[in-house]
Amino acid sequence: MSFPWAKHYAPKNPLMQWMDERLPLPRLVYNAVGAGYPVPRNLNYFWNFGVLAGAALGIQIITGIVLAMHYGATGAGAFDSVEHIMRDVNAGWFLRYAHANGASMFFIVVYIHIFRGLFYGSYKAPREMVWLLGVVIFLLMMATAFMGYVLPWGQMSFWGAQVITGFFSAIPGVGETVRVWLLGGYAPGEAALNRFFSLHYLLPFVIAAVIILHIWALHIPGSNNPTGVEVKGEQDTVPFHPYYTAKDGFGLGVFLLLFVALVFFFPNALGHPDNYIPANSLSTPAHIVPEWYFWPFYAILRAFTSDFILPAKLWGVLAMFGSILLLFFLPWLDSSPVRSANYRPVFRTFFWILVVDVLILGKCGGSPATPFYVILSQICAGYYFAHFLIIIPIISRAERPRPLPNSITEAVLSKHGGTSPAQTALAAE
Amino acid sequence: MAIVDTAVPPGEDPAPYHEEGFDPGRRDWINIAAVGWIGVGAGVVVLPLINQMSPSADVLAESTTEVDLSKITPGQAIKTKFRGQPLFVRNLTPKEVAEAEAVPVSELRDPQTLAERTKPGHSNWLITLGVCTHLGCVPLGAGEGENRGPFGGYFCPCHGSAYDTAARIRKGPAPKNLAVPDYKFTSDTAVTVGLR
Repeated sequence: MSFPWAKHYAPKNPLMQWMDERLPLPRLVYNAVGAGYPVPRNLNYFWNFGVLAGAALGIQIITGIVLAMHYGATGAGAFDSVEHIMRDVNAGWFLRYAHANGASMFFIVVYIHIFRGLFYGSYKAPREMVWLLGVVIFLLMMATAFMGYVLPWGQMSFWGAQVITGFFSAIPGVGETVRVWLLGGYAPGEAALNRFFSLHYLLPFVIAAVIILHIWALHIPGSNNPTGVEVKGEQDTVPFHPYYTAKDGFGLGVFLLLFVALVFFFPNALGHPDNYIPANSLSTPAHIVPEWYFWPFYAILRAFTSDFILPAKLWGVLAMFGSILLLFFLPWLDSSPVRSANYRPVFRTFFWILVVDVLILGKCGGSPATPFYVILSQICAGYYFAHFLIIIPIISRAERPRPLPNSITEAVLSKHGGTSPAQTALAAE
Repeated sequence: MAIVDTAVPPGEDPAPYHEEGFDPGRRDWINIAAVGWIGVGAGVVVLPLINQMSPSADVLAESTTEVDLSKITPGQAIKTKFRGQPLFVRNLTPKEVAEAEAVPVSELRDPQTLAERTKPGHSNWLITLGVCTHLGCVPLGAGEGENRGPFGGYFCPCHGSAYDTAARIRKGPAPKNLAVPDYKFTSDTAVTVGLR
């Protein structure tokens, strides 16, 4: 599952040799993230974000396990137990702010990771399975984050749970039954809070397991790279360690600096103040919004305002889920053999339009449902689907890509004095 | 400037191919310093993760208990709670004080005089934790009509440890006298347990 020139694990220390013959765990690490994994030599800093997402998951699991030692999932006590964490538990404020802002950091790096994949065509053959597993991870993250946001049992927690579980009531016929079954009641209550806590604790470990599959699937063809050109030989790669452990280590340092800046100086900047009001089933907040990372999807949900064959509510829910499920089909919607947008001028233009479109959807989702924002949401939601279902299939057939470099090495060396392919070949001899 | 590939012919010393001023020791130093600093950072992060398990502020706020002594008549004892554990407060009768003082200290398993276990001028106030020093059961004797054992103090029903009227171990498996917590008389009829 690796390139033939990958370095072989050969421990010199007798203890490590003894270990290798019985449980070759160091060998697995060596071949996965050590010198035994050859990686394209030209990866840029956008390739840091997979490791950063893994680090963010690690931070969430560690801080989450610690918070669960002090949290109580009861209707009467959940809100108070969170305040107890903030005021009484040693460093509790730090741990909770790290967990809440850690979720935001996790989504920031994952969104950059996803758009990196979209830009450089990392979803294309032979990496379709890496992409599909990535979409599964994203769905699991959304479920985990939603249930985590319910746990403090403030106003936004309660009404978020009410609205999100309300999606299921849009299912024709059995919807209301499904919703009541999910909540264990007619409205969010102690039963819902307990099952959300249980699942919120479980799902991160499921995510970790799917990440292992994601990396396994990645390591079969090896990493994509900014040119999108496949690795042709040893001169195109460098060992993961020390080259990318060092580069990822630097990126991780920058990530952690931004993270602690958020935790220590702006801990509530990304949260909603209404969630510091205890849950009240008799009063809905005037402007109910999800966490920022759900805003684009929330805008798509709200974009459907009138019935058309199906009820508007069902359309909204279908479109919202559809906007993510659509990503499962992307490897087959884009049939262009060229991966990197650097060599696809038309695709690149539309990629940036999509980025702007999603940012506008985010703005709409976080704003009140006034007619202006609803119409803007409708336009942008329509464009979102058109991008994947119409624009991508057409440009993948009609576009004339720019000439690709013959190899990664040629692309790298041409930046440093215009070495010709022939000289590259000579240097590699 | 940028590093470009220069193939070193096999068997040849790579040193002349390095850039001018290349010093492998300098690279090692940077590597060790960077990894060392990560270790320092990890150590700092671990502190709050460990310390969060220490008693929280609301638990520490209950670390002292005030006891009103004015309602406890001689011969009577009460059970209350101190830091989540049972606390025995007993007003000894002059006879019980005399009994405790009559015992030769050298015969005791855990030698202590009554004076060492009470406050000066308040030798009738015996304040101890109600936790048997054997395996942590609550001894009998503080409640109305409970068995006070052969020495008239406290008696642990779990494994038969008997304490005298100074709550000192006299018989049975317990190794130590009942523990005397820190406490202070704030007036003649009130103590704050937990204060030194």
